[in-house]
Amino acid sequence: MTEKPKRIALIASKGTLDMAYPPLILATAAIAMDMEAGIFFTFYGLDIINKHKYNYLKVPPLGNPAMPVPMPNILGALPGMTAMATMMMKSWMSKANVASIPKLLDMAREGGVRMIGCQMTMDVMGVKKEDLIDGIEIGGAATFLDFAVDANISLFV
Amino acid sequence: MAEDIKVDSTLDCKGLVCPEPIVKTNIAIKKLQVGQVLVMESTDAGATSDMHSWAKRTGHQLLKEEASGNVLKFYVKKMK
Repeated sequence: MTEKPKRIALIASKGTLDMAYPPLILATAAIAMDMEAGIFFTFYGLDIINKHKYNYLKVPPLGNPAMPVPMPNILGALPGMTAMATMMMKSWMSKANVASIPKLLDMAREGGVRMIGCQMTMDVMGVKKEDLIDGIEIGGAATFLDFAVDANISLFV
Repeated sequence: MAEDIKVDSTLDCKGLVCPEPIVKTNIAIKKLQVGQVLVMESTDAGATSDMHSWAKRTGHQLLKEEASGNVLKFYVKKMK
């Protein structure tokens, strides 16, 4: 069969722990469904593939009414609360046996997800190619669009 | 019924959650020959819906599903 594979093109623009999951889960699931998948990591989303940061992504309780243990904003704003919310979230995730971000990145790389780091963001934030995990391609909006224009699904996270 | 399905390979995904069961199933099925049967065991309640969608998209055949306790078993025949 020479049918063209289906394709998903994702933009990861957020650098919080909760927002790192959806693009990686969708991309790895797409590969499992014999689709092609690509993620453009831009702005804060670049932290997801920054090897100095990807183990330390955080969940902000401030302005987040959906925390499993609801926290008034005034408390969420206190020093240490982001670290605490992050610790709680990581403990729930690990109890539910959800794959960690580094593990999902490994799965994505092994499955052949095309991962593009945004050059402009790297310039703005002073991030170098060697700060990023292996297997990342560097490119700009045109690189992503060239991939996304042939996609069946395109999502901005 | 159909207790005579010959199983060629078993994949233990118990304890794993989305997306790992289908990621591992797709890797495991690639190691089989066309016509062989893989059994995937999962405790993920979302696996039933996901395995149906996976089979539909990849073209492999979901022969049978079993549940015992909280363990779900999916019999998948490699079609291509």
